[in-house]
Amino acid sequence: MCEYLLSLKGICKRFPGVNALTDVSLDVKNGEIHALCGENGAGKSTFIKILTGVYQSNDGEMLCEGKVVRFNNTKESFSLGITAIYQELSILPNLTVTENIFLGRELRIPGFGLLDYRRMNQLAKTALLELGIDIDVTKTASEYTMGYQQMIEIARALIANVKLIIMDEPTSSLSGREVDVLLKNIHMLKEKGIAVIYISHRLEEVLAIADRITVIRDGCKIGTMERSEADEEKIIRLMVGRTLEEKFPRHQTQKGEIALRVRNLNQRGRLKDISFDLHKGEVIGFAGLVGAGRTELARAIFGADKIDGGIIEIFGKVVKINSPKDAIHHGMAFLTEDRKGQGLILMHDIIVNSTLTGLKKFCKFGYFIDQKMVVAEVDEMMRELQIHPAIPKMTTRLLSGGNQQKVVIAKWLCSKAKIFIFDEPTRGIDVGAKVEVYNLINRLVNEGAAVIVISSELPEVMGISDRILVMNSGKITGEFSCLEVTPEEILKAATGGISHECKHA
Amino acid sequence: MNASTPEVQSHGGTQKTQLRQMIKKMGSLIGLIGLSLVLTFASPYFLTIDNIMNVARQSAINSLIAIGMLLAILTAGIDLSVGSILALSTVMMGIVVVKMGMSPVVGVLVCLGIGILLGWLNGMMLTKMSLPHPFISTLGTMNVARGLALIVTAASPISNFPASIQFLGAAFIGPIPVSFILVLVVYAVFHVFLNYTTVGRYIYAVGGNPEATRLSGINIDKVLIIVYTISGLMAALGGLVLVGRVNSAYPLAGLGYEFDAIAACIIGGASFMGGEGTVWGTLIGSMIMAVLRNGLNLLSVSAEMQTVAIGIVIILAVYIDVLRHKAAARVKT
Repeated sequence: MCEYLLSLKGICKRFPGVNALTDVSLDVKNGEIHALCGENGAGKSTFIKILTGVYQSNDGEMLCEGKVVRFNNTKESFSLGITAIYQELSILPNLTVTENIFLGRELRIPGFGLLDYRRMNQLAKTALLELGIDIDVTKTASEYTMGYQQMIEIARALIANVKLIIMDEPTSSLSGREVDVLLKNIHMLKEKGIAVIYISHRLEEVLAIADRITVIRDGCKIGTMERSEADEEKIIRLMVGRTLEEKFPRHQTQKGEIALRVRNLNQRGRLKDISFDLHKGEVIGFAGLVGAGRTELARAIFGADKIDGGIIEIFGKVVKINSPKDAIHHGMAFLTEDRKGQGLILMHDIIVNSTLTGLKKFCKFGYFIDQKMVVAEVDEMMRELQIHPAIPKMTTRLLSGGNQQKVVIAKWLCSKAKIFIFDEPTRGIDVGAKVEVYNLINRLVNEGAAVIVISSELPEVMGISDRILVMNSGKITGEFSCLEVTPEEILKAATGGISHECKHA
Repeated sequence: MNASTPEVQSHGGTQKTQLRQMIKKMGSLIGLIGLSLVLTFASPYFLTIDNIMNVARQSAINSLIAIGMLLAILTAGIDLSVGSILALSTVMMGIVVVKMGMSPVVGVLVCLGIGILLGWLNGMMLTKMSLPHPFISTLGTMNVARGLALIVTAASPISNFPASIQFLGAAFIGPIPVSFILVLVVYAVFHVFLNYTTVGRYIYAVGGNPEATRLSGINIDKVLIIVYTISGLMAALGGLVLVGRVNSAYPLAGLGYEFDAIAACIIGGASFMGGEGTVWGTLIGSMIMAVLRNGLNLLSVSAEMQTVAIGIVIILAVYIDVLRHKAAARVKT
């Protein structure tokens, strides 16, 4: 056995017009937890895809247990014991837990060729128990939460006897408790001698579990360090190449008239008696656990889903919102948490995406689009938001997460909205781009907009909101001023420990 | 060749991408030119004015139907009912004009009106009745319209249309068939419609990501209804040209035309996944089909073999579409 399970030397990857990776080298030891940090667009995803054979490097070599390897697809990397678990899980919801775990490696009854469900169920169950999870493996995967589904993926890797699991932002859609379970299981994997490459924007997690930390920036490796040498500030400095003066800049605005008033909003089985006021020049943060009903509330207000009762007033006028079209007509904007699935048309370019909501304003004679005006406005917006690379005809699929989010923001700036709902605006976005998003929210507020921010990251909610509303099981269970609240109080309200009477209830 | 516009050059570093996109766009044109070159050598008659105008005329009907079909395909949909709509709208025109002796103007209005009505119904069934896929709504309409066409004509053709109705399909201006001029005009209108109007841009958006489009405040139902209504209208217009060409409306007209139209779109670079495809690509796709048929005729290939050849070309064209998507996915997922 050689010391390194995997070593990569001088990996380069070029895409048309972009150098995604330049001369990146990395070693992974057996049973090591190796964290990979970098801003969005730094090249982490590309690196992972080369490791697993989704892409092939243009230059450099890869050694697996001392032997030079080159993966043409994920099957080849998998056969050598390397697998990746992505942000978007690759669980098939319509198959059972067992079927998911054994997908592609089904066990057969010897001599018959029929599937041996009994043995598969047993092994699946055992693997999951090892991960501390006791679920019915014969039920379909769709019946379980994201956290469980992730464990199903890890069980799949365990069954296949992999040596290296790459986890790309594994905690981004997990609740606090699920995160704890995951981190515990990663330690368990380590004890079994399985190496883990861990990618996360949550530096506290990285510092909690990593043995070594590698930082990459702009496609280059900046350095690898032992955990003992690392702290949060140092990692951030290496990631962004500068220090971030202020993590949560604050806006300087007095709140004005009521922009959005919601009274007794109900949606069967999801939302119960939601009432609140949102003022001009104010940021309300919605905190709560995943599944508390925050996204559902945003979708209901925005007309994306039907409501079963309640009144919505905008700037003092009762309005009927039956569709997103109505909501936009009344000056609302909704930045969805799922950028790729609901925010962008990935196959189309920046121009198309950033002008989708406001296309009508570029029209001459009512119907014909003035292409020059469109291009001029998009150019201006791209400069203002610093969208990179600055190529208006770039397909949005090719942009990094942070830049994709900026395109979504551009889309809503284009619509001239007055009330903005941001749903997890910084999910999967690097530290630098996060601050840019916060600054942008503050700018909107300073210009007289009213903003709702839904976020699962407590420091973020507490850092940028004027008021915090906490939701739990479809109800508002707490209201706090940002100045006098502690994380514990918010968590209590979110988990149902105490029930603050809401002012407007 | 002017491979990149000045506007693109100003952004720098993207010329390679641009060049690749040009080749992608031009792929079907290169196919058409290649095919024509081969046929020029294979048959002395191919590259004559007469023959070229013949091809232009023969491609007209499919071109008209295909441009309506393109809209459906851009929204990741399909319209299987175009052939039947063509039949029902033309036999109804026959009944009104030939059998009832009404004015040709009324006849034309009836013909186009039926196309619009059936297309609108397709759209309404898809959106308001929430049928899961346009395959189903248009499959239903396909059968209903064909059946009605057979019933109202008692399964026999209607002939002897007045010259004014035959104008579109049979007349020439100089050597150029009127039907081909009509195609060029219609395509120019569609080019403007798809690229320079909001509804046109929304059609691409719906095909690319319906949920994101809806959440951007666009009434998707309205867009889809417009799409299928236009497709129905174009089928009826194609029927008008057919009636002119053969001086007859018959209930089995347009049988299988939906597949020629789909083939033209796909050969012309439209993606079955929606969101991708151009007006001029579709015209070239339609021309490739016509040139191929014409060439095989000139080379005295039997009708049976022609059918086989067309089938192979369709599969090849879609395979190219698949390869293109694979290549795109490889660049970055």
